[in-house]
Amino acid sequence: MDFLRPASWEEALAAKAEHPTAVPIAGGTDVMVEINFDHRRPEYLLDLNRIGELSEWEVGADGGTVRLGASVSYTRIMEQLRDRLPGLALAAHTVGSPQIRNRGSVGGNLGAASPAGDAHPALLSAGAEVEVESVRGTRLIPVEEFYTGVKRNALQPDELIRRVHIKTADGPQQFSKVGTRNAMVIAVCAFGLALHPRTRTVKTGIGSAAPTPVRAAVAEDFLNAALDEGGFWDSGKRITPSIAQKFAELCSAACNPIDDVRGSAKYRRHAVGIMARRTLGWAWESYRDGGTSKGEAQCA
Amino acid sequence: MRVTFTVNGREQSADDVWEGESLLYVLRERLGLPGSKNACEQGECGSCTVRLDGLPVCACLVAAGQVEGREVVTVEGLAEHARERAAGCATGACGTGLDEARKWAARPSDGAAGGDLAPIQQAFIDAGAVQCGFCTPGLLVAADELLERNPEPSDADIREALSGNLCRCTGYEKILDAVRLAAARTGEAV
Repeated sequence: MDFLRPASWEEALAAKAEHPTAVPIAGGTDVMVEINFDHRRPEYLLDLNRIGELSEWEVGADGGTVRLGASVSYTRIMEQLRDRLPGLALAAHTVGSPQIRNRGSVGGNLGAASPAGDAHPALLSAGAEVEVESVRGTRLIPVEEFYTGVKRNALQPDELIRRVHIKTADGPQQFSKVGTRNAMVIAVCAFGLALHPRTRTVKTGIGSAAPTPVRAAVAEDFLNAALDEGGFWDSGKRITPSIAQKFAELCSAACNPIDDVRGSAKYRRHAVGIMARRTLGWAWESYRDGGTSKGEAQCA
Repeated sequence: MRVTFTVNGREQSADDVWEGESLLYVLRERLGLPGSKNACEQGECGSCTVRLDGLPVCACLVAAGQVEGREVVTVEGLAEHARERAAGCATGACGTGLDEARKWAARPSDGAAGGDLAPIQQAFIDAGAVQCGFCTPGLLVAADELLERNPEPSDADIREALSGNLCRCTGYEKILDAVRLAAARTGEAV
């Protein structure tokens, strides 16, 4: 095994081009587990810790996007981005433990592309693009297209994830996750929801209930039409139970889960529906109050 | 490969480090510092918690090569770390040397905080927070960092800060007592 230590982004791209099998390592919270257990013995480890810019975030020129460096830790997302990215901050808070959140990052979640990654539902519901780069050039990939299969993503062998461009919240956002305890759990299933009052749309993200993280597109279409027809965005009135129920059912229907050690397919489908209804209720209440949710955790 | 980094305030080097090796392995097997415990090797248990550039991390999930040039504090250096935090380092001989760290053993003072222990270590003894002791080093490092960041933590703060550390003996209540005790004593001393 060789340990590659690029000191800059350009050096990292050159190293990845020269050694396409190199496994990038930043926080190590996934990669080191695989090495410790001998599940993986990469020929090259490509350490990204020295590249300071990967741990930085900035707001895009128009103010509508956060450009999140791939290695910004979940701890810093919780502390610094709760206002701009409330859904992701909530999701970040459910990752592992303080020790894991100090090292783990959204870039790692995307690189691993596990359907259970906590960041995915938040990225899908907020709206995000993944900026990947190689010596050949840069690509911006809509996050929906980034997940291509179980633990598979759209990265080419010579590409690295540089940043994630996430839409700044223009309304309340929520995140919910089912697990056996509060800390240190891989999601049985998870759900992210974001209201976008500017475009009068609601977006969703489902985690750990399909081969990849997915949006519940049919449920979104139904809800957007129902809210529009009922004049809910203008009146701010409560969403009727029948609309919420139908939305929940359509979110369940968007799942394509499996039975595994963490839960059955039937349970996952059921739980996603419950989380969809509850997160919609919380987010809509916060919209009615006139505020954007600042990402306080709510008990499901 | 050779890895050179700061351990408990002093520069140390480890030779013949395998590229896939963890920081935990380097500390325990190359530098002779077995205080950080090796249990789950997947970041679930927190027994190997150390400070990396100030942040609590699982040493089992940090690749050895990643710590080159960086600062690590282990449980063996915790007492000195706490002393320097409280009183500064005026003598010029800061940190804990490797031999000193290897021989480090808890020498509790009789009831009074201080002595050779960090306040959090003394509080663990006084509160009865140590049973088999395997989780203790990781808990001490995590709890000490909490009190450094937040001298008056709420119970929720304590639970959150220690949520990455598993203990199979105590049921956690005595550990929570110990952190409350250390916080109260530090508050009195100021």
